[in-house]
Amino acid sequence: MAVSTTIDKVAPDKTPDKTGPRRPVVYRSLSSDRKWALRWSYFFLVLFCIFFLMPPVYMLITSLKTSAEISADPATTNPWWVYKPTLENYVELLTSSQFLTFFKNSIIVAVSTVIITMLIAIPAAFSLARMKFWGSTTLATGVFLTYLVPDTLLFIPLFKMLATLRDWTGIELFNRWYVLLVIYPTLTVPFCTWIMIGYFASIPKELDEAAIIDGATWWQTLTKIFIPVALPGLIAATIFAFTVSWAQFLYPLAFTTSNDQLVLPVGIISSLIKGDVFNWGQIMTGALLGAAPPLIIYAFLMDYYIAGLTAGATKG
Amino acid sequence: MVDMTAGQSAAVPRQIRKPKSPIARFFGRRSTIAFLMALPLILLIGVLVIYPAFYSLHLATLNKRMTEFRGFDNFSFLLFKKDAFWTVVYSSCLFAVSAVIFKAFIGFVVAHFVHNIPAKGQRKWRGMLLIPWVIPPAMSTLAWLWLFDSSYGALNWTLAKIGIGPIPWIGEPGWARFSVILVNVWFGAPFFMIMYLASLKSVPDALYEAADIDGATWWQKIRYITLPMMRNIIAITTLFSLIVTFANFDIVRVLTQGGPLDQTHLFATWAFEIGIRSGDIPLGASVSLFMVPILAIAAVFILRDINKRGNEA
Repeated sequence: MAVSTTIDKVAPDKTPDKTGPRRPVVYRSLSSDRKWALRWSYFFLVLFCIFFLMPPVYMLITSLKTSAEISADPATTNPWWVYKPTLENYVELLTSSQFLTFFKNSIIVAVSTVIITMLIAIPAAFSLARMKFWGSTTLATGVFLTYLVPDTLLFIPLFKMLATLRDWTGIELFNRWYVLLVIYPTLTVPFCTWIMIGYFASIPKELDEAAIIDGATWWQTLTKIFIPVALPGLIAATIFAFTVSWAQFLYPLAFTTSNDQLVLPVGIISSLIKGDVFNWGQIMTGALLGAAPPLIIYAFLMDYYIAGLTAGATKG
Repeated sequence: MVDMTAGQSAAVPRQIRKPKSPIARFFGRRSTIAFLMALPLILLIGVLVIYPAFYSLHLATLNKRMTEFRGFDNFSFLLFKKDAFWTVVYSSCLFAVSAVIFKAFIGFVVAHFVHNIPAKGQRKWRGMLLIPWVIPPAMSTLAWLWLFDSSYGALNWTLAKIGIGPIPWIGEPGWARFSVILVNVWFGAPFFMIMYLASLKSVPDALYEAADIDGATWWQKIRYITLPMMRNIIAITTLFSLIVTFANFDIVRVLTQGGPLDQTHLFATWAFEIGIRSGDIPLGASVSLFMVPILAIAAVFILRDINKRGNEA
């Protein structure tokens, strides 16, 4: 039940229920005002929803069209409507070995990054939240500052570092997807450590003191108490690490070039856009398939996703 | 001893120290264990974040072939000899400031609308409104690129229906800047909405009820209750977004590639163009280093606000 309590703390949907019975009494004189405020709220929410959902919906619409329909004369057809729906684009992409390679690379890179991130972030957060050592508070602040260092500041020195390392060791490091496994944790570990510190610090001290008096080692305290109790935070951090590595665009664009090493976002942009020829049906299908994994995770784990989002700036 | 002073509450360790038992010896070793557990993190940050950041400073002082030291030549070349640099400074600042203002405003307004409707419907609306933030920006920008298409694009088609002439969304510098900002606002406003919504929920209803009884207008309620209560979260979210927006890469790279006529380049995309595409690593490093002052100022303020928050709690 620890799951539901932590989520409720971040998104307390249920709190208005408590004041529910009182509401009619308090607002009776204002009830007509409230009714209008409510109508306007719905009206504007619908408008904003149209704005916010227009691009993904248009992706879906375009992905179902034939290329003949996409390039039909806009004077006679409505681009917002599919006259002859077809799954042609999906079939073509999902049977193309190139696209499947991008997808495979993306999944391997994202999943491995999540695992590496967790292996680094959980012990570090545990030690920073509970077992103080010399400089640990400075380090906690430093972790947060690292999270604020953008990838656009680091890609040029990292590029040069890879080049130097390649010249020293003779191992080719450019154009290899596994190099991304070394680079991506710089984006995910600081944030994950930061929110895990927050979740670990909120666990009552009595819990782990009791365990230690009973003779548990630090390792047992971590695996038997901290990880189970802070599971919601762990899930939020995992989702964050996955979506960030899945969406990362700059590093793979700078460090990988050939078609068998590209990850999905870069692959779609560099292989489906050839010169000035845009095959929009396939590009939109690819973009939608590229957006699908984060969207599916979001659809099923929305509360954890939002908890992680809000925890980043509020915990600590 | 040192590890005790770092503790937030000194009371708990003191209780434990009294009995000189195996537990005490166990705690004696704990700082070593703790350091070892944090070591991978320290190494990662040191080798792949801090070292590259300073290495970038070193790179920026070299000549194009990286064979000799040239001092601040790259910086002065950018500042005084390269006109395109000032265009980049201008469009980066315009992009970051206007995008953050619009994101914060739209996020604030939408958060209020969501907060206004009955609690059981909020989850559904919030879920739909956050979708732009979930889609990888490179992918959603492709959808915008297609929407903006000049001859077959759906936006111009829709505008033509209501009698607005074809708009050169990414063909003309002024409109291209507008489009890049629009896409960034579309992508980032949901994040502000979520943050503000979480913050709105923490404002006690009793304050608004008291204000209602006193006959406050909606503006007075926002000005004297909502804004002061949300002050901290507004500051943190805005500064955080300022950093991310200022260092943005994906949107301009996919939508305009810096064009038309390099008018929409940001620091990040221009540094990529110079450093990776044209192979002038030192000059590219210098360009990206010009981001540091603004990022540093924002970071200092965020840190101050986060610490203040910690003290309040």
